[in-house]
Amino acid sequence: MPIVKNISEFFGVEEARNVKWRLQHGGYSGARKALAMEPAQVIDEVLRSNLRGLGGAGFPTGRKWTFVPKDTDKPKYLAVNADEAEPGTFKDRYILEWDPHRLIEGVIICSWAVGIHTAYIYIRGEYVRPYERIQAAVDEAYAEGILGPKVLGSDFKLDLYVHRGAGAYICGEETGLLESLEGKKGWPRLKPPFPAVVGLFGCPTVINNVETLSHLPNIILKGAQWFADLGVERNGGTRLYALSGCVNRPGVYELPMGATLRELIYEHGGGILGGRRLKAIIPGGTSAAVLSADQVDLPMTFDAMAKARTMAGSGAVIVMDESVCMVKALHNIEHFFAHESCGQCTPCREGTGWVYRILSRIVEGGGTLSDLATLKHLASNMGGTSICALCEGAAAPVRSFLEKFPEEFEYYVTHKRSMVEDQRGAVRV
Amino acid sequence: MPKITIDGQELTVTAGLTVIQAAEMAGIYIPRYCYHPGLSIAGSCRMCLVEVEGMPVLQIACNTRVQEGMKVTTGSDRVKIARQGMLEFLLSNHPLDCPVCDQSGECDLQNFYMEHGRYQSKFLENKIKKKKAFPIGPHVLLDQERCILCTRCSRFTEEVSKSNELGVFNRGNRSVIDLYPGKQLDNPYSGNVIDICPVGALTEKEFRFQCRVWYLATQDSICHGCARGCNISLHYNGTRRAYKAQGRRVMRIKPRYNPAVNQWWICDQGRFDFKFHDLDRIEAPAVRKGADLEAGSWNEALDRAAGLMESAIAAHGPASVGVILSPRMSTEELIYAHALFVKGLGLQQVAFRNPWEAPGPEDDLLMKADRNPNSWTAERLGFAADVGNLLKQAASGAIKVLFLVRHDLAEPEALEQLSQAAAVIYLGTNWNDAARLAQVVLAGATHAEKCGTFVNFEGRAQRFQQALLPLEESRDDLEILVGLAERLKVSLPDSPEFALSTWLGVNPEDLGSEGTIVAEALQA
Repeated sequence: MPIVKNISEFFGVEEARNVKWRLQHGGYSGARKALAMEPAQVIDEVLRSNLRGLGGAGFPTGRKWTFVPKDTDKPKYLAVNADEAEPGTFKDRYILEWDPHRLIEGVIICSWAVGIHTAYIYIRGEYVRPYERIQAAVDEAYAEGILGPKVLGSDFKLDLYVHRGAGAYICGEETGLLESLEGKKGWPRLKPPFPAVVGLFGCPTVINNVETLSHLPNIILKGAQWFADLGVERNGGTRLYALSGCVNRPGVYELPMGATLRELIYEHGGGILGGRRLKAIIPGGTSAAVLSADQVDLPMTFDAMAKARTMAGSGAVIVMDESVCMVKALHNIEHFFAHESCGQCTPCREGTGWVYRILSRIVEGGGTLSDLATLKHLASNMGGTSICALCEGAAAPVRSFLEKFPEEFEYYVTHKRSMVEDQRGAVRV
Repeated sequence: MPKITIDGQELTVTAGLTVIQAAEMAGIYIPRYCYHPGLSIAGSCRMCLVEVEGMPVLQIACNTRVQEGMKVTTGSDRVKIARQGMLEFLLSNHPLDCPVCDQSGECDLQNFYMEHGRYQSKFLENKIKKKKAFPIGPHVLLDQERCILCTRCSRFTEEVSKSNELGVFNRGNRSVIDLYPGKQLDNPYSGNVIDICPVGALTEKEFRFQCRVWYLATQDSICHGCARGCNISLHYNGTRRAYKAQGRRVMRIKPRYNPAVNQWWICDQGRFDFKFHDLDRIEAPAVRKGADLEAGSWNEALDRAAGLMESAIAAHGPASVGVILSPRMSTEELIYAHALFVKGLGLQQVAFRNPWEAPGPEDDLLMKADRNPNSWTAERLGFAADVGNLLKQAASGAIKVLFLVRHDLAEPEALEQLSQAAAVIYLGTNWNDAARLAQVVLAGATHAEKCGTFVNFEGRAQRFQQALLPLEESRDDLEILVGLAERLKVSLPDSPEFALSTWLGVNPEDLGSEGTIVAEALQA
């Protein structure tokens, strides 16, 4: 399937950051149209578009908005999740750096639909240039009367603040984000209650990913049917795939829902480096279970990936070829989770650290077969027992790597060396 | 009132309860670390995971509210495996300190492991090192390695003492409980974190290495430190006199739950004031022979004391004998004292309140400014004389015999006047300057060594029970007063129970576990 220039229309166009240029090129026309519609109509449009959350969970966006209580005297909030820390994910960054006004337009549409007058963009602390660009865009929007007491000349009031994080993956978890935004430690909250009812400062809050919101302008402009038709059943539109790993052309590619891994990797990504053989694919960020090469024809939709016992997640596709040692790759992944675990709940705090240290021991040549059984046992106890999904995200790679590549692990613990290294003499990871 | 089923048992419970609370009503104890009824819900230990029919994933019982028709299973294989899993995670980095840890014997890691664990450890790595056994305040030691990060202590300092000294720092398995920079754990309720810590991470300095908990017996008592009358448990080593711990019997004090008085808490002043039960005691009656006080027999002492009072009254009338009672005496003792001194001997000069006693701090949690447990009773029995006045009369010679109970009257002015008194009879438990001035010292028992009733500031009568036998030759105050009454030919109430029920209108055995509010005294 060919690339679609939907929300990536202005990637690479320097002028697109400038509000005046952007206004001349369709900027904020979706928001203008939405402001002339009833809020309920806007929600309906988004529901029928089959837009699903593109931060990782894939929850239908319109449906999430309907969870906010209609009759409440509490102020409602929107928190834009720009934490983008799932390993392998770098697509929100493109939006923030190349087309920040599209995001602001999406924020306006969502806020109008739900009745929100204060929105925050929570951006990860490590994103310095993206922060500078989105902050500049927000400042420009205020100057143009796009944000503030009379949004685009209407009677709708909306304030948007950009808040920087300070280096924690767990602050990308929606309730961890809220805690951090409130000035507290980013420890996720117990759910229920859900943020749509009890969120920021105890008030109803919508939390949406940068990319999800960025789709709203065109959905309003061109209609729900247009967006739904671009994709497949229950999963409409396009999405930005962040392709990385052993490919010739890593980068961000916008494709319609339904495009396969093969199309992404070979048609657009230029195939495997050095013409080597594909071995493994992580389809949705490192929290997603790994797929073997024979699964390359899977469509990259939420439902198809779920059926294959993995997830479409954040759309971060990490490609590994025959030169990658899967044991060392898993070790690298679990290092991340052990480092990022917030430490609040038992299975994640202790489990991620334990898993990492077993893998370290294996990688240094001190592993045994029983360690593999222990890893499976730990992954099993880490699934479904924690406060948030980080723990499951740490368990899924352990489970899937051991399931799909048992021979590499068995070789490593019996020979005390990497099978790939022994066969090929060179190690990628 | 939703109807739910837990482990096959049908219950009707109040709406809004959590599964963990409903289970307790059904007699099912779900293991937990972070949940505590007096603190907010943390839901972080994951030990209370249970199966709820219709939910694919196990749910934490502490944060799941009951719904009509809910079916909960707390003992299925899935739940058992999850519990073992959580224990395994908690014990993975936990140091093997049991042989040297004070918590051993009352540790929830030990207890839950024995009940729900029993697995072979698979942990082969090096355990993470953190700070061990360092003081974080005047009474509490912290061992970060033993900590299981249940956050009960940090939530306590946020929500109950509102002093915000403890927090969690760092991330992941490097997380530690520690003091916020520049703070010490020195709030007036710091000792409570020792009780709520399920493991040996927070321990009591006064109790460190003093006694293994399985040698301790417990008895219900009431704190005598202020007018709140917090319910406590005396923990004592009654089976043997340890060669260490200075041979003390009472090892520590813990709070008892009473929702009407002190909930789950006590203050540090009440908690750490227990050494007096064993140290510096007046262990036998003493009688002054010549210049010195010498130990004597009870007969000697009682004869001498009664004799002093009798001859003073005969020669100079009842105004020549003054009595200073103490609001630390039990209600029964005060009633007996009233019967002996006021009704029996016709004395008017009976006081009870030490005017020099500095009021304690008062806050809206537990502490009351009145540092005595039974002022309510003393006030209503009508001991109206003024202590300052009595001492002046004792110094001037108008009062010939001063009967002093328990007060130390350490203020120089008071002591000066006391030293000029013709004769002092001291009845108390510990040696002090006032006792050393006496002609007769009567060795009393502490409230750990007898039973009785205190009535707190709101008129709540509460019972304290006897934990120990009086030390050496000391005796229950009631026995001493009876001994005096016999010699002075005064009749006293038939029994302390009769005295109490007549005066308060309630029998001691009917006071109940929360005490009973008495509207007013009936008759003196």
